[in-house]
Amino acid sequence: MVALRFLRALSLVRCSGPGARSPSYRARGIRRAAYACMAASAGPRRAWSRALLRKIRRRPGRGLRRPRAVIRRRRPVGGGDPLEVALRRLVPGGGCMEYCRLLEEAADYVKCLAMQVRLMQTIVDSASHVNSID
Amino acid sequence: MSGRRSRISEEEINELISKLQILLPDNYHHRHRGSSRASAATLLKETCNYIKSLHKEVSELSGQLSELMAATDFNGAQAEVLQSIFRS
Repeated sequence: MVALRFLRALSLVRCSGPGARSPSYRARGIRRAAYACMAASAGPRRAWSRALLRKIRRRPGRGLRRPRAVIRRRRPVGGGDPLEVALRRLVPGGGCMEYCRLLEEAADYVKCLAMQVRLMQTIVDSASHVNSID
Repeated sequence: MSGRRSRISEEEINELISKLQILLPDNYHHRHRGSSRASAATLLKETCNYIKSLHKEVSELSGQLSELMAATDFNGAQAEVLQSIFRS
């Protein structure tokens, strides 16, 4: 479940340097963790989650070397429609896929993004709640 | 412009577009237009705007979480969140 994965990731961010890092550095780490957890929970069946994980874990020699996933080197689709181009830029991995596929991926991406936002809002709300009790 | 799209049926595209429409929150919904093409363009634009606003929310919430983690006993909050998630 994405909630557990994200909470675990958050606990790691805290342990890696309380007070040693600036809040903005930590915020960037949290954001990266959010997208990574979202993509990892979606799994490899979605092009957007694969593209996100590739982008985030861009370190050489680090797992995920599945030849099947690497092959897709079609040239990017140069669309005439500026709206389509905009959507392709917003959805991870959206550059090379067919229009029909792009809409499917966009729908799934929107769903998972909305869930991630709700999850983070829940955590912020309860953390604030705990804070205000003391 | 639509040479590529004619291979995929117009029907399939409309079906996906209506799926997208369901996912958009209420404040992005407009009344149905007459032609499906006009509503498709509107929907694409609203989807792009919605995705952009979601990205922004993730960034803002990350910032808030970062501040909160510095300020509070986060482990207590974690336990409470887990409980509330499992209860709902």
